[in-house]
Amino acid sequence: MKEKIRIASGQGFWGDLIDAPFTQVSEGQIDYLVMDYLAEVTMSILQKQKNKNPKFGYARDIPELMQRILPICKAKNIKVITNGGGVNPEACAEAVLDVAKNLDINDLKVAIVVGDNIKDRIDEIIASGCELNNMETGESVISVKDNLLSANVYFGAMPIVEALRKGADIVITGRTTDTGLTLAPMIYEFGWDEKDYNLMSAGTIAGHILECGGQASGGNFLGNWQSVPDLANIGFPIAEAFPNGEVIITKHETLGGKVSFETVAEQLVYEIGDPKKYITPDCVADFTSIKLEEVAPNRVKVFGITGTHATDTYKVSCSYASGFSSVGTLTYSYPQALTKAKAADKILRARLEKLNLKFDEIRTEFVGYNACHGPLAEEIDEDKINEIVLRVAVRGSEYESIERFGKEIAPLILTGPPSVTGFAGGRPKPSEVVAYWPALIPKNLVQPKVKLFF
Amino acid sequence: MKIKLLDIAHGRSGDKGDAANVGIIAYDDKGFEIIKKHLTEDAVRKHFEGICFGKVERFELPNIRALNFLLHNTLGGGGTVSLKHDAQGKTLAAALLRMEIEV
Repeated sequence: MKEKIRIASGQGFWGDLIDAPFTQVSEGQIDYLVMDYLAEVTMSILQKQKNKNPKFGYARDIPELMQRILPICKAKNIKVITNGGGVNPEACAEAVLDVAKNLDINDLKVAIVVGDNIKDRIDEIIASGCELNNMETGESVISVKDNLLSANVYFGAMPIVEALRKGADIVITGRTTDTGLTLAPMIYEFGWDEKDYNLMSAGTIAGHILECGGQASGGNFLGNWQSVPDLANIGFPIAEAFPNGEVIITKHETLGGKVSFETVAEQLVYEIGDPKKYITPDCVADFTSIKLEEVAPNRVKVFGITGTHATDTYKVSCSYASGFSSVGTLTYSYPQALTKAKAADKILRARLEKLNLKFDEIRTEFVGYNACHGPLAEEIDEDKINEIVLRVAVRGSEYESIERFGKEIAPLILTGPPSVTGFAGGRPKPSEVVAYWPALIPKNLVQPKVKLFF
Repeated sequence: MKIKLLDIAHGRSGDKGDAANVGIIAYDDKGFEIIKKHLTEDAVRKHFEGICFGKVERFELPNIRALNFLLHNTLGGGGTVSLKHDAQGKTLAAALLRMEIEV
């Protein structure tokens, strides 16, 4: 058994720094590169891409990235784990194998995890008595069944562990918890018992710290953010894991950013609910048990973690089409920028009303004044502001109304308050609103499957 | 003496469906005692009047000197449906840190 392993975060979301995984494998020794690509809305986008082309439906940054990192991973014996397979891990694996072949790497072992995609099984699952009730409203999924765009179960670490045990170098999954990507190599390398819930929780919390990439190493840091060095060359976090469950969060020394008590603590409280019950398919981790200690510069020890057994359900994330939305913006300058923007909003709303359009919601915000903090914004002295961006957004089920809204923005330039600009982008187009439907499913209704491409 | 929370604490916020999560972390033990005393569910709900339209739940993480708040019915229908510029509630931690308290 290894004395320790180093697991590096390479992506915090699809669209994150393209070069981060490359610097993670290049700038120092690591054993695993883990990459999270799937936000809640991502699966519906990928499903649409797959509907248009059966070869798509995965994070298409991956083949290009593999072209750059595979030779290094091979030389340094680094394994890669990612959920970027989206709704088509098979096609992603084939694309990666093509890249390997072109690089003359012929012994690459790629495995995929599937079984999470239950979109085509919805009727059968409902018939078995599970109506995928919305976790927030309690409503049955039947009410949105006809508009479903995607439906995926969140698997945990164990299917990835199975793939690693079978010898995989690269594991590509569909919907898998972000935390499972990091926990899996610890279970595999240290031979952890999956029923040792303290260890499962330790690995899960390390995964939570890594899952948003640079957010744990100085990015989006609300503490003394100006003290973070060299964000231009930020090093994404690395979890140095030990067999007893202790983890040191660190980063490559050559890179920028900062790993401190404060930067790690901020990531720990990110997007959590009840800290005593952080529920994953692998365990229920207790965030109030976490001890943090700065043991050296840019090295924070995370230890003392406890947790309890997993629940008997998986979380399901469904998405469904829910009408259309559109956003229009215009910029008003000094003098009286805010007064002008408010007047323009009034004129726009009067015109929309006269047109008898149907909206579920119209929302106006004044960027530069109250778009972030709403009524908490302090009154501003108009003589001291240079410009205000008027931002109006609409949402509704009728495409025509939303489209017509887009045609009413530009005319304000010639028919509204003066000193207005910022309309280079053309008419705002309606975009489809994808709503999110969280639910639970008994674990015995779905089976993860590991497929080997070697 | 009046102090701004910004001077004794930091934090991070994000979305959980239509609820926002706001985590506030004190820089030291004294600061944690202050936020524990002053950032009650009621005080936070009042602070976010006109932003949060549901209940506020508070959780304690004394191990990292932190409080976590769930602000229900806050994000205009949730991340993907919301028309808000800050649809994910990313700036709400800073919004809570604007609070001034008498110590």
